[in-house]
Amino acid sequence: MIRRSLLAAASLAAFASPTMAQDLAITNATVATGDGSEPIQHATVLVRGGKVIAAGPDVAVPQGVTAIDGTGKWVTPGLFASMTTLGLSDVDGVSESNDTAARGSPFGAALDVTPALNPWSQGVAVTRDGGVTRASVYERPASSIFGGQGAVVDLGADPDMVVRPRAFQLVALGEYGARLAGGSRVSAQAELRNALREARQYGADAKLASGKSDPRMVDNGVARGEDALLNRFDAAALVPVVNGEQPLYVHVERDADIRSVLRLKQEFPKLKLVLVGASEGWRAADAIAAAQVPVIADALDDLPASFEQLAATQSNVGRMMRAGVTVAVGNLAGTTGDQPRNLPQFAGNLVALTKIPGASGLSWGQALAAITSVPAQIAGYSGRFGVLKPGAAGDVVIWDGDPLELSTAPERVFIDGVEQPRDNHQTRLRDRYKTLDTSQLPKAYDW
Amino acid sequence: MLRNSLIAGGLALALSACATAYAGDGPKTASNAAALTPEQADPYPSTYRAYPGRPTALVGATVYDGKGGRIDNGTVLLRDGKLVAVGDASLSTEGYDRIDGTGKFVTPGIIDIHSHLGVYPSPSVSAQSDGNEATAPTTPQVWAEHSVWPQDPGFSRALANGGVTALQILPGSANLMGGRSAILKNVPSRTVQGMKFPGAPYGFKMACGENPKRVYGSKGRMPSTRMGNFAVDRQTWLDAKGYDGKKRDLGKETLKGVLDGKILVHNHCYRADEMAQVIDMAKEMGYRVTAFHHAVEAYKIGDLLKQNDICSAIWADWSGFKMESYDGIPENAALLWKEGACVVIHSDDENGIQRLNQEAAKAQAAGRRMGIVIPDAEVIRWLTLNPAHAMGIDAMTGSLEAGKMADVVLWNGNPLSVYSRPEKVWIDGALLYDADNRKLRPVSDFELGQVGEGDVK
Repeated sequence: MIRRSLLAAASLAAFASPTMAQDLAITNATVATGDGSEPIQHATVLVRGGKVIAAGPDVAVPQGVTAIDGTGKWVTPGLFASMTTLGLSDVDGVSESNDTAARGSPFGAALDVTPALNPWSQGVAVTRDGGVTRASVYERPASSIFGGQGAVVDLGADPDMVVRPRAFQLVALGEYGARLAGGSRVSAQAELRNALREARQYGADAKLASGKSDPRMVDNGVARGEDALLNRFDAAALVPVVNGEQPLYVHVERDADIRSVLRLKQEFPKLKLVLVGASEGWRAADAIAAAQVPVIADALDDLPASFEQLAATQSNVGRMMRAGVTVAVGNLAGTTGDQPRNLPQFAGNLVALTKIPGASGLSWGQALAAITSVPAQIAGYSGRFGVLKPGAAGDVVIWDGDPLELSTAPERVFIDGVEQPRDNHQTRLRDRYKTLDTSQLPKAYDW
Repeated sequence: MLRNSLIAGGLALALSACATAYAGDGPKTASNAAALTPEQADPYPSTYRAYPGRPTALVGATVYDGKGGRIDNGTVLLRDGKLVAVGDASLSTEGYDRIDGTGKFVTPGIIDIHSHLGVYPSPSVSAQSDGNEATAPTTPQVWAEHSVWPQDPGFSRALANGGVTALQILPGSANLMGGRSAILKNVPSRTVQGMKFPGAPYGFKMACGENPKRVYGSKGRMPSTRMGNFAVDRQTWLDAKGYDGKKRDLGKETLKGVLDGKILVHNHCYRADEMAQVIDMAKEMGYRVTAFHHAVEAYKIGDLLKQNDICSAIWADWSGFKMESYDGIPENAALLWKEGACVVIHSDDENGIQRLNQEAAKAQAAGRRMGIVIPDAEVIRWLTLNPAHAMGIDAMTGSLEAGKMADVVLWNGNPLSVYSRPEKVWIDGALLYDADNRKLRPVSDFELGQVGEGDVK
């Protein structure tokens, strides 16, 4: 990514930024490494060559490294937004600009968000300015229960957003999946099993080798039988899923649906499952923990929004964690739209629960981890994103105070050691309308 | 309906020629229409009565009074459903149960001016989707209270997590004229009447912009454009102005109530240019817009809104989810405040209503970063007295002043911090939520006997 960033910088010379990866040290700051530990006072974060070299209280600043005085500031890893549609739409309500779902597509599992990603959408810029540096981007299931293949991305202001294409497959079960499958959970479960069986057969018959190549693009003339329901492209896309090479993210909410998903492993032992949603996860927490299946949860769901979320509570994340489940906070649907810049607010709310009798909240360190290292780990980037430790990407955010607090905001954002621009459509409007004076010229000349 | 409107329009036009009393010069109190009897004007009266409460003294807390004031180490006295006194530590608390608020904060009950609880309740199933009578572009004849499901579990979440004590339930924005609002106390009840805020005026929901033209344009009928929106609105007002009340017409009764200044207009409108046109339409037709709701571009016309005394009911940071929200910025509230215009933070959302205090804090912080420093006590006004004012209930609630309803929240920390939550909530002096008493948490009929019943939520 650093190499890509440098190329990007070169090609974007007309813009003031981004520039090269900097060697930098932020000193005397309150440093929260994102690994679940509590913040460290008077600490230093050292970044060289786009990587974190050190983070802690006794870090010397080598010569030639730009020192940034972090007194009074907080430093965290860049936030990791799990399950967003960043880069797939400009305006959700403008269908022409919205690539987040394709109801009329002939494809399901084969869909791949990668070629559609637009790093220059305002959603990306605004979210980056909120301290989010990495994300997992998904396509919403619409033409079948499969949404297709999501990607892990960075939010850098450069032309290449993709960190890992085809990073996971998404399937919807539960109420939403049931509607897509023709009207019932029963049908959705059958559709899923059939798809995985067809993929397993196709993978074996076509001798699709495991590895990084895209199985959809392998030319072969293997006959698939006349009763195949999946088209060849979809079947190929599911081969790495059934082989356990590509995680299968499963959107479910209800206790019973969660347990049903966990049982899939008996029939398809290699599946690498991740639960998404799981409002009632706390009721199945022991089973989820035992299955070692991580969860990406919407932190503050507490309404019986549907009959599959009757037991929803803000204590869901805390209770699951207490039971030993790996939980990331993400998928911020429903409240402020897809606005991952509010991840710290959501995490902070989980800390607030620790003061409510009977509620299960998170420690501050756990809450930060739930939006940094844990989602990175679920995405396959443990120790590389969402954490300030040697060898991790130089994704660093300097905040003007406690990052989970409502009053604070990032002051500087670095991705792979490259300082990111702060301007976007919103900041320019803010600056233009600082005053309403149009006595000399219309506002259109103020830019 | 379109044909009906046109026919009605023709008739009304003839009548309005002599109805000069309704020329476009502001709300009227006098009217030459046949007056409604009190029973006709209030046929579904509030049956709400305050629940019993103990004389209570909140002492030692930081008090934000809702009208911009702050008292450190304050004392707030509640008795018989009313606020008796609000002051400093010198106030006598004899005869009151003392609650130590040291390190805690007291505010008026939070008020949401824009909610769809009850009309779009949880669970969100089509059988209970009752917020938009989307069968005609103007439905001034419908009343939100006839759709409200009092068992919506959302009310309890708004109380326990948001400290919400009063709220306005609005029809949706599919229609140019969506119908009357219902202003409720956030008190569980078997009936809607048992929640209705006694003495609150009705509001009237209007909408401009994308929604009405999309909903009706997609059905191949007017309006399909913004100019169509205005044409339908204007003709409907003209028709209403000629209404003589001899043969009762529910829709025109509502419109007449607006023209007479008795019903307050809450106008969903995002874009600055559109709001400016609505302001002129209101002048043309002789009514007032009380508040623009959603108003993501209000910051572009803060001067105009101030000049016309119109509140902006807004989110802190929603933007970009539809074309007309593309220019939303987090500094909207602060820029309006700087201009001296009225700011209200609203939710429009069953989740957001649980965190109006947090939304306000984000809006405050965005202002501070651009150099607009707004005191905490002033920000609390955005959630209390300002919405009360725009809902026409500010003489009764919205601030901590002697004689007002004892709608009070004790927070376990600064309500503008993410780490704070309501600890106790009183409505008319009755303790209706207490974080320390699990039985003082309302559980709706819907949740009884189901998983999660009575959980902390």
